[in-house]
Amino acid sequence: MAQVEAELQPQAEAAPKPQGYWSGVLGRLAGDKVAMACLIVIALLILSAVFAPWLGLADPYRGSMIARLKPIGTEGHILGADEQGRDMLARLIYGGRLTLFIGLMPVVFAFFIGSALGIAAGYVGGLTNTIIMRVVDVFFAFPSVLLAIAISGALGAGITNSLVSLTIVFIPPVTRVAEAVTSGVRSLDYIDAARASGAGALTVIRVHVIGNVLSPIFVYATSLTSVCMILAAGLSFLGIGVRPPEPEWGLMLNTLRAAIYVDPWLAALPGVMIFATSLCLNLLSDGLRSAMNVRD
Amino acid sequence: MSATDTARSTAPLLSVRELKKHFPIHGGILGRQQAVVQAVDGVSFEVAAGETLGIVGESGCGKSTTAKLLIGLTQMDEGDIVLDGRRLGPDMSLKALRRDIQMVFQDSYASLNPRMTIGDSVAFGARVQGLDDPQGRARRLMARVGLDPDRFAGRYPHELSGGQRQRVNIARALAMSPKVVVLDEAVSALDKSVEAQVLNLLADLREEFGLTYIFISHDLNVVRYISDRILVMYLGEVVEVAPVDDIWNAPAHPYTRSLFSAMPSMDPDNRTTKPPLSGDPPNPIDPPSGCRFHTRCPMASEVCKRKHPVLGRMGQGSPHWVACHLHDPASGHPKAAEGASV
Amino acid sequence: MTDPILQIDNLNVRFNGKRTVHAINDLSLKLMPGETLALLGESGSGKSVTLKTLLRLLPERRTGLDGSIAFDGTDIMTLSGKRLRSYRGGDVSMVFQEPALALDPVYTVGDQIAEAVMRHKGVDKSEAMATALDMLTRVRIPSPERRLKNYPHELSGGMRQRVMIALALACRPRLLLADEPTTALDATVQIQILLLLRELQREFGMAVIFVTHDIGVAVEISERIAVMYAGQIVEEGTTREVIADPQHPYTQGLLAANLHDVAKGTRLDAIPGAPPSLETRPDACSFAPRCPLALPACRAELPPVKTPGPRRRVACLRAGQPIAAE
Repeated sequence: MAQVEAELQPQAEAAPKPQGYWSGVLGRLAGDKVAMACLIVIALLILSAVFAPWLGLADPYRGSMIARLKPIGTEGHILGADEQGRDMLARLIYGGRLTLFIGLMPVVFAFFIGSALGIAAGYVGGLTNTIIMRVVDVFFAFPSVLLAIAISGALGAGITNSLVSLTIVFIPPVTRVAEAVTSGVRSLDYIDAARASGAGALTVIRVHVIGNVLSPIFVYATSLTSVCMILAAGLSFLGIGVRPPEPEWGLMLNTLRAAIYVDPWLAALPGVMIFATSLCLNLLSDGLRSAMNVRD
Repeated sequence: MSATDTARSTAPLLSVRELKKHFPIHGGILGRQQAVVQAVDGVSFEVAAGETLGIVGESGCGKSTTAKLLIGLTQMDEGDIVLDGRRLGPDMSLKALRRDIQMVFQDSYASLNPRMTIGDSVAFGARVQGLDDPQGRARRLMARVGLDPDRFAGRYPHELSGGQRQRVNIARALAMSPKVVVLDEAVSALDKSVEAQVLNLLADLREEFGLTYIFISHDLNVVRYISDRILVMYLGEVVEVAPVDDIWNAPAHPYTRSLFSAMPSMDPDNRTTKPPLSGDPPNPIDPPSGCRFHTRCPMASEVCKRKHPVLGRMGQGSPHWVACHLHDPASGHPKAAEGASV
Repeated sequence: MTDPILQIDNLNVRFNGKRTVHAINDLSLKLMPGETLALLGESGSGKSVTLKTLLRLLPERRTGLDGSIAFDGTDIMTLSGKRLRSYRGGDVSMVFQEPALALDPVYTVGDQIAEAVMRHKGVDKSEAMATALDMLTRVRIPSPERRLKNYPHELSGGMRQRVMIALALACRPRLLLADEPTTALDATVQIQILLLLRELQREFGMAVIFVTHDIGVAVEISERIAVMYAGQIVEEGTTREVIADPQHPYTQGLLAANLHDVAKGTRLDAIPGAPPSLETRPDACSFAPRCPLALPACRAELPPVKTPGPRRRVACLRAGQPIAAE
């Protein structure tokens, strides 16, 4: 009696080689041309920023009265020179260091803090959820630009303070997304099944929740990096972020503002960098979103 | 089946007493409690070792909530669960209960972690409970439910068919070596041809591991096929419990009768001509007074609106229990004397 | 003999994408006016795709279609624009499985029915409302005047399905397509809806194609049954013929799996395996890998379609042969 048909799938598809989830994601991402192009651009930006001192560039801090506002294409200054005669190419590349750092780190911090808060709120529910989410709602009442300006203004200018204020700005949206995704996963039967096998809350979260909520939160956070870069640049532009003479794209945009009637192309260069980087980050996060979709 | 004959004479393996779960509904700006869903209201039953108890009823009758209360996925408001003589709480922890009672859910896809290989999913429970060799257990059980572990252990849920996934869920439940398995609409989402395979598998496993099933379904044919006894629920209450043949041949409660006659006839020359009931089941938020079925009952009388019928035996020592004034000569129902003959 | 209201000849539907799926393969079907046909099949058998094709609801860019579908003599594959719109909802309408999703939550029940009537019949609002009221009465909704002003979420599941039916029948279609309309309902409500549909069919005289996976439901509702497997009709006949004398092994297996009056404890004669994935077009009997009676020839070529009686057909090499040796 106890014989079970060892049938199942008569057309016996050749068992696909079991592959990890992340290798699958990378494989699909590699097939996405737009995302790959963006990834290359961002990688180049980061690499050039990191290795700037070894690229044989001009000193980004040394000005020259003669070279002031040299246009793009001038010999010795391929991308021209700024209002103090500092080499634009060098300043743009060195500027990438700070800009990318302040653009990415707050999102990284916010990703960890917000995910933790959101997962806790979504999984535990009840009063914990109410408290966390109502506090988050308070932050949502302010536009993010205003909030960043207010906090930075209160803390004072400087790189650390910019990092802190931007992190605070991005924790609420990440928390909200994390909470929504976690509540969704929480109601699925496999969480019940895991609880029914006697696992405690922390085990269930570690094994079953995190893996399933982290990727949507991660994708969302990637899309925040472009906003964060623009905000960071904005803070510097307003003079409450990075202080001169540090090269930073937002700050450069601000100081070159006066030259916009003299040489608009030159003045627009830092803006172009901000635009291109945030566009690439956005497209990359789109690509990541579709690559992380397991079911097709 | 011999297992059930011996089982009936001994003490019950699982006994559930006066289980109650009310869900408050909050509303308004202040989130004040506005109403209560009486999902499960005083449900009691016993299951003998090796027996299969079928639970039937329509949506909102509380059968799925009962299942979740049994393994503590939903916390009960009141009631007792006694398993093997140990009472949940004083004698037994929730974790211990969850080792002895396992559950298989309806949605085979939602009940598996999409990011986990099925081998890991099956082994997870055994690992949590600290049983030895979880991987080996998982592989043995996968083979037992008809899934070659070499081919399937490394796959993800979306690579399997519905029937295969439900086999995985069954293997996972069995990996803890439970005594009782609650099957909550476990075959309802499967295609008929696959359902029959899984029912055969469930019957084999019951025999081999000496399992006790609580089988919840809306499909009366399936419940009749697999169960030793059938329990009928209506709006959070038990209205009738009896051995399968008794209830099938002589349903006592008017609701049970309606439920049975609502089944498609399967005879083209003799189709159903009159619906046994009109309207939908009432909302469990505000259940009717007295007997909860009186609003739809063809036999309802004045007493049914006032007095709540209690679950009682049909006769001295009878295994057939019913909660209906018709079968209680002392109830004051005008047709009570005629009782079961109606 | 009268002309068929619907005639499908050699319909093929293929979904192109990352994975090609041959959803419908050489399906032919004839439906007479006023006839009720149950399309019986499991998930993935192509029964719902057939309905969608009939209404031309499939995404055109991703779908490869060939074959012909004639509704009352008109080729519907060529319809477009206004004619297509009047065909959909006017000549042919559909009842869905999940009325909660098919009804628009922001309009009252009366407005939704009246809107459809105004669009197809070109009458004014008050007349359309009168029709809506009449329809609600016909689908036996208690106190229909009050229900006209209800929103879908204020109704119970059974009531919503009645409203859905009223909406579908408001323009007096000549063909009603029903896609598992009772699957989501409770047993005692399901039988009410089935009986209602049966009565309305008699009253309105339209033809009905009722898609279901439940043989019991098919028996209750239909005069004829067509059993689908892997995008093909494997057996067709009157309900009586198919139930009393199933000739295709798949139909026989389905009937056995219904568990109607199966003695407790007996082992079920389950059909092994699972349906094919249809990534390639079948070039042999699709059921052969699961069939207990399969011969080598079944795996080599497409099965012949045998016609044991008028309008009765079985796509099986062994149909009609004695199966005593089982």
